Amino acid sequence: MATGERYVGGGVLRKEDLTLLTGQGRFVESITLPGLLHLAVVRSPYGAARIRGIELEAARAAAGVVAAFTGADLAEEWAAPLPMAWPVTEDIRIPEHWPVTQDVARYQGDAVAVVVARTRSAALDAAELVEVEYEELPAVTDVEAALADGAPKVHASLEDNSCYTWTLANGDVEAAFAKADVVVTQRYTQPRLIPNAMEPRAVVVQPLPAAGDFTMWSTTQIPHIAKVLFALTLGIPESKLRVIAPDVGGGFGSKLNIYAEEALCLALARRLGRPVKWVAGRSEGYVATTHGRDQIQHVELAATSDGKILGYRFKLLANMGAYLQLITPGTPLLGGFLFCGSYGGEAYHFECTGVFTNTTPTDAYRGAGRPEATYAIERAMDALAREVGVDPVEIRRRNFLPKGEMVPSPGGLAFDTTDFEMNLDRALERLDYEGLRAEQRARRERGDGKLLGVGFSTYVEMCGIAPSQALGSLNYGAGGWDAAMVRMLPTGKAEVVTGSSPHGQGHVTSWSQIAADALGVAFEDVTVLHGDTHVAPLGMNTYGSRSLAVGGVAVSLACGRVVDKAKTLAGHLLEVSPDDLEFERGTFSVKGVPDRKKTIQELAFAAWTAHSLPEGAEPGLEASCVYDPPNFTFPFGTHVCVVEIDPETGAVEIVRYLAVDDCGNVINPQIVDGQVHGGVAQGIAAALWEEAVYAPDGTLETSSMLNYLVPSAAELPSFELDRTVTPSNTNPLGVKGIGEAGTIAAAPAVINAVIDALSPLGITDIPMPATPERVWRAIRDAEGGAA
Amino acid sequence: MIPAPFEYERAADVAAAVTLLQQGGVEARLLAGGHSLLPLMRLRLARPRLLVDIGGLDDLRYVRVEDERVSIGALATHHDLASSAQLRAACALLARTAEQIGDPQVRHRGTIGGSVAHADPASDLPAALLALDAEMIVQGTEGTRSIAAADFFVGPLMSALRDGEILTEVRVPRTGAAGAYVKFQRRAQDWAIVGVAAAIERDGSAITHARIGLCNMGPTPLRAPGVETALVGADGPGAVATAATRVAELKTPPADQNASADYRRHLAEVMIRRAVAAAVA
Repeated sequence: MATGERYVGGGVLRKEDLTLLTGQGRFVESITLPGLLHLAVVRSPYGAARIRGIELEAARAAAGVVAAFTGADLAEEWAAPLPMAWPVTEDIRIPEHWPVTQDVARYQGDAVAVVVARTRSAALDAAELVEVEYEELPAVTDVEAALADGAPKVHASLEDNSCYTWTLANGDVEAAFAKADVVVTQRYTQPRLIPNAMEPRAVVVQPLPAAGDFTMWSTTQIPHIAKVLFALTLGIPESKLRVIAPDVGGGFGSKLNIYAEEALCLALARRLGRPVKWVAGRSEGYVATTHGRDQIQHVELAATSDGKILGYRFKLLANMGAYLQLITPGTPLLGGFLFCGSYGGEAYHFECTGVFTNTTPTDAYRGAGRPEATYAIERAMDALAREVGVDPVEIRRRNFLPKGEMVPSPGGLAFDTTDFEMNLDRALERLDYEGLRAEQRARRERGDGKLLGVGFSTYVEMCGIAPSQALGSLNYGAGGWDAAMVRMLPTGKAEVVTGSSPHGQGHVTSWSQIAADALGVAFEDVTVLHGDTHVAPLGMNTYGSRSLAVGGVAVSLACGRVVDKAKTLAGHLLEVSPDDLEFERGTFSVKGVPDRKKTIQELAFAAWTAHSLPEGAEPGLEASCVYDPPNFTFPFGTHVCVVEIDPETGAVEIVRYLAVDDCGNVINPQIVDGQVHGGVAQGIAAALWEEAVYAPDGTLETSSMLNYLVPSAAELPSFELDRTVTPSNTNPLGVKGIGEAGTIAAAPAVINAVIDALSPLGITDIPMPATPERVWRAIRDAEGGAA
Repeated sequence: MIPAPFEYERAADVAAAVTLLQQGGVEARLLAGGHSLLPLMRLRLARPRLLVDIGGLDDLRYVRVEDERVSIGALATHHDLASSAQLRAACALLARTAEQIGDPQVRHRGTIGGSVAHADPASDLPAALLALDAEMIVQGTEGTRSIAAADFFVGPLMSALRDGEILTEVRVPRTGAAGAYVKFQRRAQDWAIVGVAAAIERDGSAITHARIGLCNMGPTPLRAPGVETALVGADGPGAVATAATRVAELKTPPADQNASADYRRHLAEVMIRRAVAAAVA
C-alpha cells in the first residue's frame, strides 16, 4: 500500500447506506419511461407437457393489451439460443434453449407465450386469458430417477438425460485405497435451494429506433458480460447496446445469468419500437430464476488406522434442471478441486455427472460448488473421526496441509498462503472447547434436558478465479481479469471507474478507501462509478468473491499509475528529478526541502490546464489498469456451531456460532463482518430450513416464502466473529475474498453439531435440512420406536 | 404479484357495511386488517369482486373487561389484546395467545374479528376462543345473533357466518381458569404446526376442569375432549402426561411439508403437556 494509510482497514461507514436506507436508491423496478409497455410471461403449469395449441385472441382483445406472441411468433427475433458459456467437456450435450419454447414445456415455469400491455396489471390480467392446450407428459425431477432405464426423457432429441461426465484425477487412487486401514464411505444429499435476493429480478429496455440503439437496465450482476451475450443472442451490434445495472438488491449468483426475460424485453422493444419492462413476482422468480445446489454425493476416504488420509474418491450427480443456463454445467465443478478441503493426501479422484430433469435450471448460488465440496469433506472428516475414535479437532490437525505458500493440495491446486492450524487454535481459544465437552458429558450423564452438540468446519475455498489462461483450460467462456480507470478531476476530486458490478457488497466504500489512501485524497473526495457499459467500457463484473481480489486490485494498480504520472509532473513543475520527490498523503515534496511541494490536487489542475507539461506528457491525470491475477486466492477459516436439540420435538436451536475467518488483508472490517453474517445465515438456512421440493409430476411445491422457509433474524443466534490475517501472495493488496466463505463453511458446521448431539443414540446422518420432524424420527428410530 | 381487479368501498358504519356486503353477494369480502385476505389476493388465490373496508370503524375497536365476561370489538388488534393489562388479568390465555401471533407488524394490523371470521384452522386465536367457550356476536340484515365458538368454525376457511353478516364482537366468559397457549413452529412468524390452548381450573394442585383447544390439528380448530376428561383429577406432570396421550384419539391431523400426521399428533401431545404446565406455573 501507499504510505500514509488512513482508510484501508479502518471502520468507515458505507457510503451506499444513506441513499439505500432513506429510500433514494435507484432500482430497475422504479424506472419509468414515456410509452413504457409491460411484459407478462405465460408459463407452463406442468413439469412436462406438449403444447397442442395456443389461443391468444382473448388476451389480445383485453383492455390495455398491445400485443401477444407465441414462441413461434418470436422465433425470427433470435440470432442464437440463450447462451451457455461453459461447455465443460468435448461431448457435453447442450440442448437448444429459447426464450419462449414452441413445442414442449420442460419445467414448471417454462415460458410458452408473452403478453405486452400498457400497465403491469393489464399484462398480468391478460396473461390469464391466454389459452394453452397442453398434453401432460411424464416428468422426472430426481437425478437418480432421471438416469434410470426407461426414465422420461427431458429432451426427446437426446439419447438419455445425462449431460456430461467430468473427471479430475491426481495420483494413484487405487493404490491409496488398497493400502488403507480404514475406508469411510458416505452418501450425502445437497437439497435444491432457491436464491432469495431482496430485490426480485427486473428489466427495462429502451429502444432508440432511429439509431438502432438499445439501453437495457437490468438487475444483473454482469452488465458487461450481458452486453456481449445479448448482442450475440439478438443479433444487435454490440456497440448499439448499453447495459446498466443501477442499484441492485442482492444476487447471490442468481443474477449472474442471461435470462429469457431480458432477451424478451430486448426483442419486444425492437419489434414494437417502445420501451418494455418486466418485473418478477416473488413466486414467479421461484420458477423463473435459477436454483442452486441439488446434488447427490458419494464420498470415500482412504486412511490409516490413526486417521491420516491417503486418498479421496468422490462421485457426484448434479441436477442441471431442464436447460443449461450460463454456467449450469460448470457450477458443481467449481467445487471439484476442493473436495479434499484443507487436508493432505496422496491421491484424489473426482467425477461429476450432470443430469437433465424437469425442473428449473440450476446455476451459481452463493459459493457455487464450494459449499457442496466443503459439506462433503467436513462431514466425512467427522465420520472418519468417529471411525478411528478421535476427536473432530484432532482428526483435522492430523490432516491439515502445512503452513506455507503455494501449498499443493491433493485436488491439484496450489493454495496461495495457508496457516490452518493457527486459525483453528484461535477459534478454540475463543470457544472454551473443553468446557463445552464437559457440559456435554454432564448432560449425557444426567440423561435429561436438551441434547448439546458441537460441530466444526475448517474450510478452505477459492475465489477470484484466474488467470484467464487457467479459465481457458477449463473451457470457461470468459476471462479472469477486471478493469479500473482512475482519474483526478480538475477540481482535485478523484473518480474511480470499476468493471466490478456491486449489488450490495459495498464496492463504492471499499474502492474509495483504496483510492483515497493510494492517491492521498479524502475518502469523501472519491466517487466510484460502476454498472454501466457506457461509463466503464471494460469489466468482468461481480461473482465468485472476485471483486476485491481482482477489480479492487485493478483500482489500486491504476491509482499507482496516476501517482507515477503525477510524480513526473510534480518533478517538472518543481524543477527536480522525480526521484528526488517523496509522496506522503497526497503531497509530493522535495526530499530534505519539505516546503517545496505540490499536492495531487494542484497537479490535477495543472495537468488539466496543461500549460506546462513534461516533455511528451499528455494532458490530464488519469490511468487505467486491466488486471489478470496470476492465481486464485484461497480464504480459509474455522467455523464452530453449538446446538441444543429438544429431544421431544426434534427442534434444533443454534446457541452459539463462532466464525474465525482468514481472508487476508481486510479493507473494511464492517463490510467483511457483514459478509460473514449474511453468508453464515444462508449456510445455516440450508442446514436447517431451506429446501425446494418438487412433486414427482414436476410441480414446485415450495412455491412461495410461505413454504420455502427462509429464516429471519429471530431464528439465528448472535454470531461471534474473529479473524486471523494471512495475506495472499497472489496480489499486491494481499487480499482474498469473503463474499461466500460464510455460506461455504456454515452448513457442515451445523449438521456436524446436530450429529454430535445425537451421536450417543448411534445416529450418524441427518440429511439437510435437519427439520424437526427428521430429527425427531431419527431419535425415535434410534430408540426403537419408543418415542 | 398484483391482485386481480376488484372494487373497493369504505363502509361508514356497520349497517352500511352489511348493506354493501349484501349487495356484493358471494363475491364481496370484508377487509379489516387485511393480513389474511391481502396475501391471498396477491397470489390470486382469492379474487373478491368487491372489498368492503371496515378498517376505519373505530367503535369496533375495544377490549372491555366486565364482571361476567370480556367483550372484545372485532377490530381490536392482536397487539391490543396482547398489551391490555386488564385482559391479561382477566383472561391470560387470550393475551398470551395474541402475543404469539405472527410478527409485530401482523399484530399491529391484524384484528381478532378478521382472524376469527377467516376461520383458518392454523390461526392461533380460534383455538384459544374455542377453549374459552367464547361466543361470536354477528350482525346482518336480520339483526344481531350470537354463535357459540363450538358452532362457529365449520371447515377450512369456512364459518357459520351467513352472506351479509359481519362479526362485530367476541365475548369470553370469565371463569377464573388459568391459561396458556403453546405452539410449535419452524420460524417465528410462521403459522403453528401445532398450537395448544389450555384453560385449567384447579382445586389445590389437582385439576378440576380442563378445556383444551387445538390449532392446526384438523379442518377446524378442535377441542380435545378425551384429553379434557382425562385431565380432571390430574395432579402433577405424570398424570398430565398420561392424559395428554389421549390426543392420539384425534383422527384428523393434516399432513403437509412441515409435518406428517404422526408427527403432528406427537407434537400435540408434547404441546398439551407444556401448555398445561405453563398454565398452572
